[in-house]
Amino acid sequence: MRAVDALMKCLKAEGVDVVFGYPGGANLPTYDAFVDAGIHHVLVRHEAGGGHAAEGYAKATGKVGVAFGTSGPGATNLVTPIMDAMMDSVPVVFFTGQVRTELLGTDGFQEADTIGITMPAVKHSFLITDPRELPRVIHEAFHVARTGRPGPVVIDLPMDLSKADIPYEPVTDVHLPGYQPRTTGNAKQIKQAARALASARRPVIYAGGGIVAAEAADELRALVRAGGFPVTCTLMGLGAYPAPDELWLGMLGMHGTRAANYAMDEADLICAVGARFDDRITGKLSEFAPRAKFIHIDVDPAEISKNVPAHIPIVGDAKQILGRLAEEYRGLDADHDRLDAWWQRIHAWQQRHPLHYEPGDGHEIKPQRVIQAIHEVTAGEAIVCSDVGQHQMWAAQYYDFPAPRRWINSGGLGTMGFGLPAAIGAQLGDPERTTVVVTGDGSIQMNIQELATIKQENLPIKVICLNNGYLGMVRQWQELFWQERYSQVDTNTFGGEEASPDFVKLADAYGIRGVRLTDAATLEADLRAVIEADGPAFVDVRVTRDEKVYPMIAPGEAARDMVG
Amino acid sequence: MVDTNELLSLDELEAAGNIRTGRKHVLSILVENKPGVLTRVSGLFTRRGFNIETLSVGPTDDERISRITLTLDGAAHPIDQVVKQLHKLVNVLKIKDLEPTETVARELALFKVSVDGQTRSEVRELAEVFRGKVVDVGRRSIIVEVTGERSKIEAFERLVRPYGLVEMIRTGEVAIARGREET
Repeated sequence: MRAVDALMKCLKAEGVDVVFGYPGGANLPTYDAFVDAGIHHVLVRHEAGGGHAAEGYAKATGKVGVAFGTSGPGATNLVTPIMDAMMDSVPVVFFTGQVRTELLGTDGFQEADTIGITMPAVKHSFLITDPRELPRVIHEAFHVARTGRPGPVVIDLPMDLSKADIPYEPVTDVHLPGYQPRTTGNAKQIKQAARALASARRPVIYAGGGIVAAEAADELRALVRAGGFPVTCTLMGLGAYPAPDELWLGMLGMHGTRAANYAMDEADLICAVGARFDDRITGKLSEFAPRAKFIHIDVDPAEISKNVPAHIPIVGDAKQILGRLAEEYRGLDADHDRLDAWWQRIHAWQQRHPLHYEPGDGHEIKPQRVIQAIHEVTAGEAIVCSDVGQHQMWAAQYYDFPAPRRWINSGGLGTMGFGLPAAIGAQLGDPERTTVVVTGDGSIQMNIQELATIKQENLPIKVICLNNGYLGMVRQWQELFWQERYSQVDTNTFGGEEASPDFVKLADAYGIRGVRLTDAATLEADLRAVIEADGPAFVDVRVTRDEKVYPMIAPGEAARDMVG
Repeated sequence: MVDTNELLSLDELEAAGNIRTGRKHVLSILVENKPGVLTRVSGLFTRRGFNIETLSVGPTDDERISRITLTLDGAAHPIDQVVKQLHKLVNVLKIKDLEPTETVARELALFKVSVDGQTRSEVRELAEVFRGKVVDVGRRSIIVEVTGERSKIEAFERLVRPYGLVEMIRTGEVAIARGREET
């Protein structure tokens, strides 16, 4: 059979039910094979949309996402989602078309060195040089993408080879001698960590996106509750611990709660799980958690001691390690009362510094309140896909996520334009769940063409655009750190005759219901009407223009010096 | 209650990793012999800001496997972080951070030195002292091949430089572990 027909068989063997992509010259054979493959192919309107949709699918389901693009510009358009998947450890296999082998290296039409361009952005990549390798390579790619620390894998397939006739036999094993991720944590180290936790008087559990990737939320909850430990999650980890909860400190980091950041600052022991001490978490590294010793649990050994030297490193699968750690800890029968003073201190911070914002005047809609209203209307049970900017931080702060895989955002790379296509993947991965995009007037325009995909697929996604007519986060930084010298941040989307685009009309042009909200008095009712209606909708919410995200660790400052 | 024997003084915990050793390290890396593997290795070094001092690549006795030998300054980089990052490359099979005392390391260098009738014999004598080989003699220049540890090559360079060093080409070090054990 043709290599591309074998490709389809391999996808089915991997349990793939939906893929995202865009056809072109170099992947014509692949698209010919789709005609009879019986695989749901979602035609996106830009390859980046397809890549992010595959990420959204993977983040919502835990399964490997799949995206297709042609050679040259098709592949270069995928570079952003590939890097995004790398930074956030998302399992996605990207198939790129490539020019015929005889044209390789000749600057042929739509030729790009995809393997070279994507090399720093992939977990691994394969250039097919022999079509008989393709089935094995596909299974190896899925294996690498989904195991260990998940990540993106690229398969670059020259057109002539994709048409070649190959003998196809199902592949049941993969053989990668240089790739053996460690899954079981060292038993002695786990014991040591349990003893350290039992000895700590000011412990904090710092949980990241690795908990979500490892499906370890139950084990995390068991450990936290066994010890009565304060727990905080990173932006990527939201939902890993059910919020709200009495042991929950909220998110930590640049726009985290004071309670979480102050607790990190004063902790004597920090247990980091599936987290990587990103600069948005630590603030000024030399002043980060100065009194703390660190337990660091991660499946990627290179993360351990990369930014902050670990005292008790444990490499392996968070699910297995946390399960064992909770058991060991219970066995120590530690005295709960030793944490009383610590909790008193934390409660004082929580009472003095809750997340808050000034209520708006009259009909003014505060952006934070929109998030609270979405939470209320969806009973906290929606999948929230976010773009990047102020709205992202408000969504992270004010939508309490009760479970993993509900909060889908671009954390590491911070890709504007991520949210809308990611929601397409998330909705297809979890069709029964209300899926909301929280976006801004800047981000939405970076991939707004995917409204057409939503319409074509008839997905009931609700896009809620917090429109303040500014690139708000950049504006905030210019206001606070660049002496209010505003430079290129007014998007001209807010009110007035000249506002452009008119999002309601734009949605209408795509055949999607558009609604504009300007009145705080009816905000909840208006949102409820839109969210509970069938089909997709675009809501242009005119919010306070100059609202800022607070609290904040100023760039290069220490957590204890948070402002706002 | 926790038994006092079970208690652990947090003060006693020592941080591990991210340590700068301050010495030169020779890493011997076995990789799959596939296109692009060297690019992956060198790209990783660029991306992570690790500075390679020397790098050499060659076949092994197994045609499917190549060996990369590279030297790094352990004062500038935490070697454990370098090794862990390298291990993440799927094509990297094995990495050995060779102990300097347990390792035989050699580099080959070719020196083209400008000479005249008088200095030619002086350079030849120097080459002999260094057990170098004169591999080409011209009217105005001479080419000397020297093999040895880096310090020896550098010493020879210092000595011939005053004569007029036209060109020098070095291979980068290759290294093998002493004793019966495989590198």
